[in-house]
Amino acid sequence: MAKSIDVSDLNIYYGDFLAVEGVNITIPAKSVTAFIGPSGCGKSTFLRSLNRMHEVIKGAHVDGKVLVDGTDLYAADMDPVNVRRLIGMVFQRPNPFPTMSIYDNVLAGQKLNSKKMKKSEADDTVERALRQAGLWAEVKDRLNRPGSGLSGGQQQRLCIARAVAVQPEILLMDEPCSALDPISTSVIEDLIHELKTEYTIVIVTHNMQQAARVSDDTAFFNLAGVGQPGKLVESGRTEKIFSNPDNPATEAYIQGRFG
Amino acid sequence: MTTTLQRTPEPDLQRELQEHQLPTYLPKAILVGAVLAGVALTVAGPLSIAQAVIVAWLLTWALPIASRVVEGGRKAADRTVTLLVASAFGLALIPLGSILALVISRGGPQLNAEFFTYSMRNVVGEGGGIYHALVGTLLITAAATVISVPIGLFTAIYLVEYGAGNRLSRWITFLVDVMTGIPSIVAGLFAYALFVIFFGEGVRVGIGGAVALAVLMVPIVVRACEEMLKLVPNELREAAFALGVPKWRTVVKVVLPTAISGIVTGVTLAIARVIGETAPLLIIAGLTDSVNFNLFSERMTTLPVFTYFSVKFPGVPPEASIDRGWGAALVLIIIVMLLNLVARAVSYFFSPKGER
Repeated sequence: MAKSIDVSDLNIYYGDFLAVEGVNITIPAKSVTAFIGPSGCGKSTFLRSLNRMHEVIKGAHVDGKVLVDGTDLYAADMDPVNVRRLIGMVFQRPNPFPTMSIYDNVLAGQKLNSKKMKKSEADDTVERALRQAGLWAEVKDRLNRPGSGLSGGQQQRLCIARAVAVQPEILLMDEPCSALDPISTSVIEDLIHELKTEYTIVIVTHNMQQAARVSDDTAFFNLAGVGQPGKLVESGRTEKIFSNPDNPATEAYIQGRFG
Repeated sequence: MTTTLQRTPEPDLQRELQEHQLPTYLPKAILVGAVLAGVALTVAGPLSIAQAVIVAWLLTWALPIASRVVEGGRKAADRTVTLLVASAFGLALIPLGSILALVISRGGPQLNAEFFTYSMRNVVGEGGGIYHALVGTLLITAAATVISVPIGLFTAIYLVEYGAGNRLSRWITFLVDVMTGIPSIVAGLFAYALFVIFFGEGVRVGIGGAVALAVLMVPIVVRACEEMLKLVPNELREAAFALGVPKWRTVVKVVLPTAISGIVTGVTLAIARVIGETAPLLIIAGLTDSVNFNLFSERMTTLPVFTYFSVKFPGVPPEASIDRGWGAALVLIIIVMLLNLVARAVSYFFSPKGER
């Protein structure tokens, strides 16, 4: 059921400021696509535009097309709320709801929308989501404890469980491991491998090894200078981008040469 | 000459690091000594209490002076400032302590079952109680809360969640600031003028007092709620949006529950702020000796107004009435203190758990 994304000529603005310019990319279904690039080049901005989350920031808007299985997310009659139900997101910093238990955090997507669920159905959803996020074994005995009492890595997996519990078609991850230690990171990377059998996954990362480990495709973003818009430099199969990129800037960035 | 690693510190260095230290018991010793000296001077007779306090305070300066001589400039400055800060704290406690002592000593003997269960109807001289004023205070303040909390909370939600610095929200913020400075008597006149439109000249009604208090409460509630809503991390809103939750549900089910403890505390403190208002209630709620449970008709006495009239127009003989005034003042202070305790309990029990 996972869906592919086709982006054509996408410009992203914050007010009058053009943040990302002229992105054309195809993100295949049921695979992991990694966005890499230096800070401030617009990776996260572009990622947020894929589920219309960047509109949350005042004055932010886009022009261009984002097609999910041929449907334009930015068509006039599209409701951003429905778009976000289809395309889930995991953030850089774990952000479980502090007022809710672990159980309620996983069901947050349903509970906050006041969706009626049978108790057994809700229990199944929680267990399935927590198992998918690799957290079930650790928390199954304390589902009614507050979510904020977990460790950072567990909180991040709780956020992933929350995102998959609403069964989105696509999962966006904005540097999901940047605040985590290597062990939690590897748990989440294994998780990404398992999730890609069901979801289309897009991940932003600053960690080159991580991009090489988890992704099938890689897109490299760069910006020409301060105040200039970020651009998609090149994208393609991860092996190709990492071993034999077309653009010298990509090669320089991946090998750690700058300037 | 050979160079070796020096295992033991040089004696000079050791003294440099260790010396110049007043014994740790000295500050306490000086404080106790100063207090004892003050007590002794008062008991022995040569000084009044105020003079003895001043002498004791001057004696405590022995500590910074000793520190200057033994420990040097930096520590002496530290001890001087510590002494000044502690003195300022003590000074600030004097009015608080003396008010409490006075009100408790004059009002305390009044508190008995009759005082809480009788009104002043047909009471001349001794006897009677504050039942009618207690009922009036609780009803009028409750009504004021019911009016002002929705207005204040919704205004704060608009300012934080929807206005986001646009022209309207800047105007609202400005007007709320202006409202904060409205003298309470003006709020009373406003309520009176408003009710005169509907009920004619000379109207006295409890709900009018509630309206006047609400005018005073709204800006406090707006400010408190606004600050609390701003404290809710934006990440939580984004987390909810990313799950496909509409904005209004995010506000109702994520932002408000996260901020609820601060909001309740702010509202409670706003109540404590207006419950002692006298002037607006004098104008619009009036004075009566009878119990009145109906906010919408007839006069209604509140504790501050009762206190004012008991002391200002005690009748003949005046003692009983003035004593009742002190008793009412004590009850008012107790109510405010209970409200503060409730606010603390609420913020303890409602605040998000887990990190503690």
